[in-house]
Amino acid sequence: MRATDKKKAGTATRTAFINARLVDPATDRDEPGGLLVVEGEIADLGPHLRRNAPEDAEVIDCKGHVLAPGLIDMQVFTGEPGAEHRETLKTASLAAAAGGVTTIVVMPDTNPVIDQVALVDFIQRRARDNAVVRVHTMAALTKGLEGKEITEIGLLKRAGAIAFTNGKNSVADTKVMYNALLYAKDFGALIVHHTEDPYLSQGACMNAGHVAARLGLPGVPKAAETIILDRDIRLVEITGGRYHAAAISCRESLDIIRTAKAAKLPVTCGVSINHVTLNENDIGPYRTFFKLRPPLRAEEDRAALVQGIASGDIDVIVSSHDPQDADVKRRPFAEAADGAIGLETLLSAALRLHHTEGVSLTVLLRAMTSNPAKLLGLPTGRLEKGAPADLVLFDLNQPWVVDREALRSRSKNSPFDESKMQGRILLTMVAGDIVYQYPEPPRV
Amino acid sequence: MTSAEPIAESISFPHRHLLTCENLTAGEITALLDLADKAAEINRQVNKKRDVLRGRTLINLFFEASTRTQSSFELAGKRLGADVMNMNVSTSSVQKGETLIDTAMTLNAMRPDIIVVRHYAAGAVELLAQKVDCSVINAGDGAHQHPTQALLDALTIRRAKGRIEGLTVAICGDILHSRVARSNIHVLNTLGARVRLVAPSTLLPAEPERFGVEVYTDMWKGLEGADIIMMLRLQRERMQGSLVPSVREYFHFFGLDHEKLARAKPDALVMHPGPMNRGVEIASTIADHSRSLIREQVEMGVAVRMAVLEALARNLPNS
Repeated sequence: MRATDKKKAGTATRTAFINARLVDPATDRDEPGGLLVVEGEIADLGPHLRRNAPEDAEVIDCKGHVLAPGLIDMQVFTGEPGAEHRETLKTASLAAAAGGVTTIVVMPDTNPVIDQVALVDFIQRRARDNAVVRVHTMAALTKGLEGKEITEIGLLKRAGAIAFTNGKNSVADTKVMYNALLYAKDFGALIVHHTEDPYLSQGACMNAGHVAARLGLPGVPKAAETIILDRDIRLVEITGGRYHAAAISCRESLDIIRTAKAAKLPVTCGVSINHVTLNENDIGPYRTFFKLRPPLRAEEDRAALVQGIASGDIDVIVSSHDPQDADVKRRPFAEAADGAIGLETLLSAALRLHHTEGVSLTVLLRAMTSNPAKLLGLPTGRLEKGAPADLVLFDLNQPWVVDREALRSRSKNSPFDESKMQGRILLTMVAGDIVYQYPEPPRV
Repeated sequence: MTSAEPIAESISFPHRHLLTCENLTAGEITALLDLADKAAEINRQVNKKRDVLRGRTLINLFFEASTRTQSSFELAGKRLGADVMNMNVSTSSVQKGETLIDTAMTLNAMRPDIIVVRHYAAGAVELLAQKVDCSVINAGDGAHQHPTQALLDALTIRRAKGRIEGLTVAICGDILHSRVARSNIHVLNTLGARVRLVAPSTLLPAEPERFGVEVYTDMWKGLEGADIIMMLRLQRERMQGSLVPSVREYFHFFGLDHEKLARAKPDALVMHPGPMNRGVEIASTIADHSRSLIREQVEMGVAVRMAVLEALARNLPNS
């Protein structure tokens, strides 16, 4: 029976969350209340529902915990298609659900690269059939991510590509980037760009500086990031194309973003959860789970980025979930693969900024809900009547210790393994369906 | 059997060369079109031969391959009684490394009366004109100008619609690299048409509005209410790369198909300077449609070139 039929038959599925702390960054709401879900949508919410639930509804007592919009993670790498041993859309979605993430945006860095309409369609079909959370895909900005020829941005967007990116690589050819911004603008398409000068970062594997010097590792200077970011913003200035710096890593980049925003350019930026919770010292004795791209920077950069979130200059926090298997991680540092998984720990790790660095819950959640929704044009990421019932319920304070073997991702390369966390996901709902619950209900 | 009569009695055209449309007044353009109208009549007769250019030498100097423009100039010259020589650049001294100016000086020494030049570099024809004593006609220089194309397009529109003033003309496609567009914008604006440019931003020149046109990157909107749709050729090497991703996408958003054509006025007419890429910028069925003026354009090409040759010949020294 379809949902609309159920409604007519009077047997609509209704779920009532009572006794919740409603936190919605989109409407600046942070108050005790309740929320009613009917037919996969938010039917009503507010203080008047704190203790009142319709008689026919399934009632979930939130016990004062935070009920917020489900998180939107706009940078997730999977291995599907091509490297399913690392991660599939299904396993990534299970990890997302356990992390309170209700929408993931997967990157086109797969094999084959998502640079054609048929492949966008493939991702959408595989996600529809296998994933428990919403999945959108970005399409490649250039064919094969080679940085030479732009892709069919118009047709790809029409097929459902939510944004365009060159994945883990910057477009090095300035003319190609210029044309890409110009062309994408005609279609109102958003370009999400990894900012790294490939010549300056060639062969390097961690932040350039004293730690790298001591470890005897070649370093990536911050300039590798700022040169491309600066260049791109000059190009935005003349083309007017919408531009999002995927994940900045240092104070200097934040300054560039601030200047661009002050000039009212259509520029936004993201940061990975790793770069606001970790720094280069975590690498310690060559721990490859901390080998990331861009690399973890110095503590002062991390602190600056946290300030960037607090001030709202950084729009989005992403997990930058990047599953890598042991074969490519258990290698000498310089030879090991970049990347860390992060979907399942995204919210708990982000709460560190709230608990220990004074970032308000609303500001923190905004960067993972309404801001990415606005950038990507999604109807989710807010608690409003009529919005899709994508929700996360979490205990702000419950302590737990990360055990990478217990994580749902198919790859276990978590930099937070054995880390102490404060804040635990209790329930995740996508379109009115519960996709994760803690403690997990006994299986029937 | 030739007629000694000129095509028309007199004409106001005080130019030695025809290098660009930008210095032509509305009166001069109209005079050329009137003259070309008469030439078109002559071209439909059995005896097409006139001898206003008798004794004159016309050299076609083409640094870029051309079928219709070169043959059109050749026919126009011959119908007016000139001796016409076609310089095939691929076998000429240019291939042996001669500079443009040396080529010009060499040709000048042969005492031609009119040289028709096409060159791949913008400004090359003007450079050549500075070095020779005869009249020079620009048959296309890079992405700069192609004056006789704009004149033949104007003539075709005027004959089909009875006027140019007040018409909305949408020029669609690769404006950035098009000398046809640059020439047409000027001629049509001068004659009082409303000109629109329709193209993806990557195929538009900088600050296109400053040409005195309306700019559209959405073809459906750009064709709304148009009287004339002028399609431009997308060069093969530009069909993929960083300007346009693919033929498929280009045709979908900027190719003229029946769906987009339906946005224009019901009596809108379609033009193309040729050679066409069927299925790239224009659907095959539209190219062959009764609303297509493409064959008329070729016919008017000869007439306009006869008019231009005659107008310039009148200004040539007679002793």
